[in-house]
Amino acid sequence: MTIDTIDLSLEIWRQKDSKASGDFETYSLQNISTGMSFLEMLDVLNENLTREGKDPVAFDHDCREGICGMCGAVINGIAHGPEPETTLCQLHMRHFKNGATLVIEPFRSRAFPIQKDLITDRSALDRIIQAGGYVSVNTGGTPDGNGIPISSATAELSMDAASCIGCGACVASCPNGAAMLFTGAKISQLSLLPQGQPERTERALAMVAAMDSEGFGNCTNERECEAVCPKGISIRNIARMNKEFAKATFFG
Amino acid sequence: MELKSNVPSGPLAEKWDNHRFASKLVNPANRRKYKVIIVGTGLAGASASATLAEQGYEVSAFCIQDSPRRAHSIAAQGGINAAKNYQNDGDSIQRLFYDTIKGGDFRSREANVYRLAQVSNNIIDQCVAQGVPFAREYGGTLANRSFGGAQVSRTFYARGQTGQQLLLGAYSALSRQIKTGKVTMHTRQEMMELVIVDGRARGIVTRDIITGELASHSADAVILATGGYGNAYFLSTNAMASNVTAAWRAHRKGAGFANPCFVQIHPTCIPVHGSFQSKLTLMSESLRNDGRVWVPKKPGDTRRPGSIPEEERDYYLESKYPSFGNLVPRDVASRNAKEQCDGGKGVGTTNLAVYLDFAEAIQRDGQATILKKYGNLFQMYEKITDSNPLQEPMMIYPAVHYTMGGLWVDYNLMTTIPGLFAIGECNFSDHGANRLGASALMQGLADGYFIVGTCIANYLGSNKLATVDATEQQFTETLREVQDHIAKLLKSSEGGPEGKLTVDEIHKELGLLLWDHCGMARNKEGLEKALSELPLIQKKFWDRVYIPGTGEELNQSLERAGRLADFLEFAEIMIRDALAREESCGCHLREESQTEENEAKRDDAGYSHVSVWEYMGEGEEPTLHKEELIFENVTPSQRSYK
Repeated sequence: MTIDTIDLSLEIWRQKDSKASGDFETYSLQNISTGMSFLEMLDVLNENLTREGKDPVAFDHDCREGICGMCGAVINGIAHGPEPETTLCQLHMRHFKNGATLVIEPFRSRAFPIQKDLITDRSALDRIIQAGGYVSVNTGGTPDGNGIPISSATAELSMDAASCIGCGACVASCPNGAAMLFTGAKISQLSLLPQGQPERTERALAMVAAMDSEGFGNCTNERECEAVCPKGISIRNIARMNKEFAKATFFG
Repeated sequence: MELKSNVPSGPLAEKWDNHRFASKLVNPANRRKYKVIIVGTGLAGASASATLAEQGYEVSAFCIQDSPRRAHSIAAQGGINAAKNYQNDGDSIQRLFYDTIKGGDFRSREANVYRLAQVSNNIIDQCVAQGVPFAREYGGTLANRSFGGAQVSRTFYARGQTGQQLLLGAYSALSRQIKTGKVTMHTRQEMMELVIVDGRARGIVTRDIITGELASHSADAVILATGGYGNAYFLSTNAMASNVTAAWRAHRKGAGFANPCFVQIHPTCIPVHGSFQSKLTLMSESLRNDGRVWVPKKPGDTRRPGSIPEEERDYYLESKYPSFGNLVPRDVASRNAKEQCDGGKGVGTTNLAVYLDFAEAIQRDGQATILKKYGNLFQMYEKITDSNPLQEPMMIYPAVHYTMGGLWVDYNLMTTIPGLFAIGECNFSDHGANRLGASALMQGLADGYFIVGTCIANYLGSNKLATVDATEQQFTETLREVQDHIAKLLKSSEGGPEGKLTVDEIHKELGLLLWDHCGMARNKEGLEKALSELPLIQKKFWDRVYIPGTGEELNQSLERAGRLADFLEFAEIMIRDALAREESCGCHLREESQTEENEAKRDDAGYSHVSVWEYMGEGEEPTLHKEELIFENVTPSQRSYK
């Protein structure tokens, strides 16, 4: 645990609410411990702003362990910042150089309206899940957990897809604003498992339709989503979704 | 305050069955006429919302985050227990029951714990059916591991992300009901107050976090699933938004609060590294299966761990507890780490850490084997600390993790306010004075999927409720109370920030007070000191807190201030509870009550009860009530890990 410190210049997107137009404001911060997380650095900035009687920067965050998917911002053009497979809350300041300028802006996408500063409305992702990201099983009356064997390899593959935290970085980094990595991950998780089979066709059609109606774009194989995904979810899941969608469309 | 546990009669194993038969039902065609409010969408809240909606009730669910998928249940790593006995290693419902009640140091209700063990098996079946990708054996059956010192392998897991997968399962079931329109989902809404009409819980007042708008919602029953209060300490492993407000507001309106001093402090967390630190990160306790805990023998030894020769290291858990060694329960491991640091043997820049060393395990099993078991944890540790556990021992220190205390509930999960139910971590019911690893997920889902539905039907079926509407007087009055409360919070900010303090500065002060005097080891003198200093911090808050902005906008400082105001009030019953319980049990170590070997000494004659606090009004001393615990099926024994 090093106790080095750095000085930073921050250019942060400030926007009062969803109706206001926003702009960048510049702040300078001194003596930032390199052991801090990125969000702790923002906490320090906010404490300073509060003491000066200014409005602190609003940002979403909750677990600060990289699993809830609540936090996220674009740092110097990269969603969740420069470290691979790392959410903003797990990004530490030791990865930045003394004197660096950091441009911090919200996840931008047509489907994610900005609500204040770095906070966006990502409820479109919830609506994609509501369209079919589940197995229609009521509580109770389910068969024994060991009733249907699932090979370890299949379970692991499904788990790879299921580890999506729904942060929306994939959407923010896609030049087309596509949510296909997010949607593909859920479709893959369920289509790989026997429990997901009965609704496989309807699910693929409904979730893709929801994705389109929310204003998300389409995949053109830029692979930006995969590059920024904090959970390392592969674009194979998009291929699997396309296959599921094609099968559902042509063969029902 | 009357504490009727309503535990059904009959043999322990038949109580739940008997109770379900004796409970009133609501005709499927009539269920749509009933509206249920559920606050919180973690494992308990999401599973309850989905289940009640499937049964036909009109459900309104509320969460503080932007999506129900974010609740802090998502951060649970290790796994979920169930008495499936798939491994054929001697597990049973009876054994899971016994382990849980013994682990809780005989401070929980037999009947509730037995029911928990009974429904544990249904949970696994339910989650598998939802498509939760649990770990599997090569033959395709579910994999299990032994966890937290249990002598059977009963823990089901999905990598180190079990909480995430179970929550996403419940979230998917909830999403399906949102789609059908049976659940109205309110995101980014904070419950500010409970509305009581004719002595019954009939609604809530919420604040919209985006717009600041206040709104009233009416219902036939209200279920709180709002988690624990660990953030009273400022630093804990809880998510930043986790808070006591909903539970505390219910308490102020008449709900008894049980065992508030029972706080679990988890031994394996990444140590604090600076005053700017916002939260603590837990490292799964499975690490203690292979890691050896040690400190330098010489106090104040500042050498790098690698330069300290073997004979100058103190593997204090192994020497003190030869039979359990590094695998002693959480409370014992935590207390011993504190003891070493208090004695000046702590390591790291703050001297508040002990080593967890994998060198011997790596030498024995090879790097590949160790990485296969703990790779993701090592990676997480390195990401935060910039130190590689393969080369240098980890540094760990205990941190506040889970709160066993919570709103008092009867066997029907109902609080002392009729129509107000509490499920998951926010009730007190199943873990006594200490929770076992992998049991929090089990309890949250047991309450939500399999228990609360019966309780709600029984309540609605046996009470004739008048129709109420959110425009009625009690609702408008309660809404005005909330408006006044917000205005009061903002009062000290008039005139600008000069000479004022930020919300976090005051919260850190409260946290330190609780950590020092109501943390891992407590004594009369310290608790009395805390009780006398608490009003000073409360006064400082109301006189000097500075909150920029207004109440009619997205204002994160105001949100935090509202939560802190409630933590500041709540802290009083935490300290009073710790003071009143002059025995040691589970997590609660009173230094005055120790065995000759410095182990926790329980006093069953004096304290075999649940301590339930009643709110008597602002500035009034709260009243302590007791629910005696009756053990008909187990004999309380003294825990020993020597």
